[in-house]
Amino acid sequence: MSEKNLPALTVADLQALLRKKQISPREVIESLRARIEHVEPKIDAYLSIDFDAALKEADQANVDLPLGGVPIAIKDIINVAGQPCTCGSKILGSYRSPYNATVIERLRAAGAIPLGKTNMDEFAMGSSTENSAFKVSRNPWDLSRVPGGSSGGSAAAVAANAAFAGLGTDTGGSIRQPASLCGVVGVKPSYGRVSRFGLTAFASSLDQVGPLTKTVRDSAMIMSAMAGHDRHDSTSLSDPVPDYTKNLGRDLKGIRLGVPKEYRVEGINPQVSSAVNAAIKQLESLGAEIVHLSLPHTDYGIAVYYFIATAEASANLARFDGVRYGHRAKDPKDLLDHYGRTREEGFGEEVKRRIILGTYVLSSGYYDAYYVRAQKVRQLIREDFVKAFEKCDAIISPTSPEPAFKLGERTADPLAMYLADIFTNTANLAGICGINVPCGFAKVNGSQLPVGLQILGKSLDEARIFQIAHAYEQSTDWHNARPAIAAK
Amino acid sequence: MAKTTDLDVGYVSKLARLNLSEEETSRFQKQLADVLEYAGKLGNVDVSHVEAAAHGVPMFNVFREDEPCDWFSAEEALSNAPHKANQLFVVTKVVE
Repeated sequence: MSEKNLPALTVADLQALLRKKQISPREVIESLRARIEHVEPKIDAYLSIDFDAALKEADQANVDLPLGGVPIAIKDIINVAGQPCTCGSKILGSYRSPYNATVIERLRAAGAIPLGKTNMDEFAMGSSTENSAFKVSRNPWDLSRVPGGSSGGSAAAVAANAAFAGLGTDTGGSIRQPASLCGVVGVKPSYGRVSRFGLTAFASSLDQVGPLTKTVRDSAMIMSAMAGHDRHDSTSLSDPVPDYTKNLGRDLKGIRLGVPKEYRVEGINPQVSSAVNAAIKQLESLGAEIVHLSLPHTDYGIAVYYFIATAEASANLARFDGVRYGHRAKDPKDLLDHYGRTREEGFGEEVKRRIILGTYVLSSGYYDAYYVRAQKVRQLIREDFVKAFEKCDAIISPTSPEPAFKLGERTADPLAMYLADIFTNTANLAGICGINVPCGFAKVNGSQLPVGLQILGKSLDEARIFQIAHAYEQSTDWHNARPAIAAK
Repeated sequence: MAKTTDLDVGYVSKLARLNLSEEETSRFQKQLADVLEYAGKLGNVDVSHVEAAAHGVPMFNVFREDEPCDWFSAEEALSNAPHKANQLFVVTKVVE
């Protein structure tokens, strides 16, 4: 294989070549660097890249480890010691992480090399990456369209072969939706499966770190390295972590797949519907049994999500006060002026809007009516899934109701942007796991845009959704399709 | 549910210690009224016998041994401080 084509490899194939010493970790970084320098001016996926630090790590890499010598792009909300961690916000514009997130420690222990911090919606609030304070990332399939968000930088980089794999975070769909819009695999682990230590908190009861990759196997490899209990995160679960690659290749005989009637809502792009329907038929032909079922509280998901996520965000973002780190307003006349202006100058519009909504739903007189009521409906949404998983092993739906939309199309209408998460955010509310796997294309104004299939599994059943996603992926060619920009 | 018109963005911005321009205040007032109106549908759900869920996965008290370990030096802890002196954070004057 010529060095020029290296960046097109999957993590599994790259690691096999590294292990056989057919290529060196340094060569991998150098070839990825050339690829990034070529494509980055078009897609703007990265906020910062420290090639020198990566080359140093490459020279020390142990290629016999499961991810030995594999560079992985990191969403800029996950702390990597010595690197910037802006969270896409001006308020952290000059911040440098003094420590590593647990996921970074774990990936390094498995031999991986963090390379580059990827663009994102500010503090992960958004579905298009347009809320970044620094740059607008573009969808590699059509540069006039969004890559999705909030992990849009990682998704765009993987789709354009400008990263072998990326880490993202998913609070309401922020891994699965950009994965869908960019035609890659993206995993939201069960709540508590992956440590949140060193992930800057947006909504602590919903946030999870997960991989974005070219194939299901690559995601399974990264999850196997990254998941597990962490003494620094009291919400991380102590259940043992299986080898997630073990079930890959098992057939789907006896697997029951639930199709909820509530997911057949109006407003789904017809090409998305037909791609997902074809995927369901394909899964059936692979031996799976289709079960029609109901998740009756689905329609309340967005409303519940926006009360709970903004309430938690308003509390979590109180730490950005210009005292210990981050931007501080000049010459404040008193403490209130210090706080008020520091936060006015540091935060972007969507973050401000959500802090206001979150503060309101937690405020005296409205707490019960909004926040507590949302938590109760959240419980009903959880129970819907518990009941559904008595009848099936996994649930199938579109990931996003439509393919990538145009840059600027939705920025003026927050509610329309929020509705992009209609199929994804109930999984976060219920704490279950989910994966996006490419399942076809929609033709829109001459562009070929990826469509994604979402497979949801019960809490801690990641091995099952990997098995199903892998069986589907291997029976189709969608995962081999790359945008034209990735071939050049 | 409360009436969506109850939201006073100017007042809430003071609670949130977040200054907003007049233009932002009036825009958020309109946009968040839309969001609250949309979310009004939560009022239709019978939650009279439901316990509030703070987490997707039920969790109770989690304890671990309190073992001291090496962590930040003062220098590292101060490495991102917007204003520091004598190994301390310098803050805006709080008392007269």
